[in-house]
Amino acid sequence: MDVADVAVRLLAVLLAFLLLPLLVGQGEHKVMAHMQGRVGPMHAGGFHGWAQLVADGVKFVQKEDTIPAGADRRIFQLAPAVALIPYLVVIVAIPLGPDGMVGQVLDAGIFFVLAVLGVGVLGSLMAGWASANKYSLLGGLRTAAQLMAYELPLLLSAASVAMAAGTLSLTGILGAFEWWWVPWQLIGGLVFFTAGLAELQRPPFDAPIAPEEIVFGAYTEYSGLRFAFFLLAEYAGIVVVSALTAVLFLGGWHGPFADQLGWLWMLLKTAALCFVVIWARVAWPRLRADQIQQFAWTVLVPLALAQIALTGVVKVVTS
Amino acid sequence: MTGGNAYLSPSGQEIVFVLVGLVVLGGAVLCVTSRQLVHAALWLVVALGGLAVQYLLLTAEFVAWVQVLIYLGSVVVLLLFGLMLTKAPIGPSPDADSRNRPVAFVVALAAAATLVTLVVDAFRTAWIDLDTPHGESGPIGSSLFRVWVLPFEALSVLLLAALIGAIVVSRKRDGES
Repeated sequence: MDVADVAVRLLAVLLAFLLLPLLVGQGEHKVMAHMQGRVGPMHAGGFHGWAQLVADGVKFVQKEDTIPAGADRRIFQLAPAVALIPYLVVIVAIPLGPDGMVGQVLDAGIFFVLAVLGVGVLGSLMAGWASANKYSLLGGLRTAAQLMAYELPLLLSAASVAMAAGTLSLTGILGAFEWWWVPWQLIGGLVFFTAGLAELQRPPFDAPIAPEEIVFGAYTEYSGLRFAFFLLAEYAGIVVVSALTAVLFLGGWHGPFADQLGWLWMLLKTAALCFVVIWARVAWPRLRADQIQQFAWTVLVPLALAQIALTGVVKVVTS
Repeated sequence: MTGGNAYLSPSGQEIVFVLVGLVVLGGAVLCVTSRQLVHAALWLVVALGGLAVQYLLLTAEFVAWVQVLIYLGSVVVLLLFGLMLTKAPIGPSPDADSRNRPVAFVVALAAAATLVTLVVDAFRTAWIDLDTPHGESGPIGSSLFRVWVLPFEALSVLLLAALIGAIVVSRKRDGES
């Protein structure tokens, strides 16, 4: 692999990281608006408010970057970066198309992706503690509790796919994919997507940020660019979780004419899942913190274990 | 091994290994000397993350990701959760000092001396060939579940016992509420 090749791949990853979250953010503005009988942003940029997020970005840059007097300054300043960078790193390992259309092929791709995603939560915890604000602290506590509850079903359902494919590599899993994996791994897919939603603290699992209740939780004291970084991390997270669900459970680039159009199938599947994430925000009210815990331990974990048992049985019978 | 393995004229990988090792050591020392509880936990992140980088440099990819997943993603999150529950203050917490500093120092020094002597004595002549990866998930899985399955099961039983013990200890006894 020569230097130019590496540079092109890294550039593509960086572009995806900068562009896709903005598309999802704009999509959320418009989709939510139309679902609620509004039109959403219409002015910025002229055509249906396409430049709304650019305008938002300019606004965030101009705002004053305040740090509370009682805060732990260095950790407070470091937290947004810790929350954001893992998503950039994760995109490197997600395959876009067949024949090496991926930032970097990793032998233990699933492990890499889930491990690095887990690190991002440290950013929210640091922010929650360092803000010297009781709402932030409450948000941080809820974040930690929610993460620990949903990490388990997330890992178990991903393990089910790894068992089915007999490999931990994301490209290897797509190489072994057959169409009947979709119904076979359906339960696991639902568990993975739901747990991913909860890890991102997206509605209906957004008790840790709950704007009407604890004023955005860990992000209460943030303003300007640092707050924008947390928002960007949320939307990058939506892209990453949707793309991972597409790769693990919907066959990624598999589809008609996969040799030429594989990347398009992957993007379409990811976009459809992103739409579902936005839809969930409009469709369901927020769950209470205890309901979130109960759902993880009494519904998702048993379902994920059942999926692993099913995967094991089918694997033994067919091999 | 035929020549080429020398302490002098180290390769780039070896230099990075030593530098990351210094970062790990620094993080670990700051972790135990910091007077701010949450800072200590975050220095632990630096030390454990540095260890993951060391595994990567030794081509043990799978072990490195497991290190990140378990230690950074779960153990430290649990630690921070505990610190937040007990409302760890911003700034130093002088009452968290148990005044056992000299004893702890002696124990740490003795443990470090034993481990370093042991490792140096056992692996002084062993060299890792970095050109072929050693830590891929396949070989690790088969060696774990074919060769080392008994220690693996023993450890699972130990962890289960610890889990049950924790539940028993944390349950309130009757008449005490």
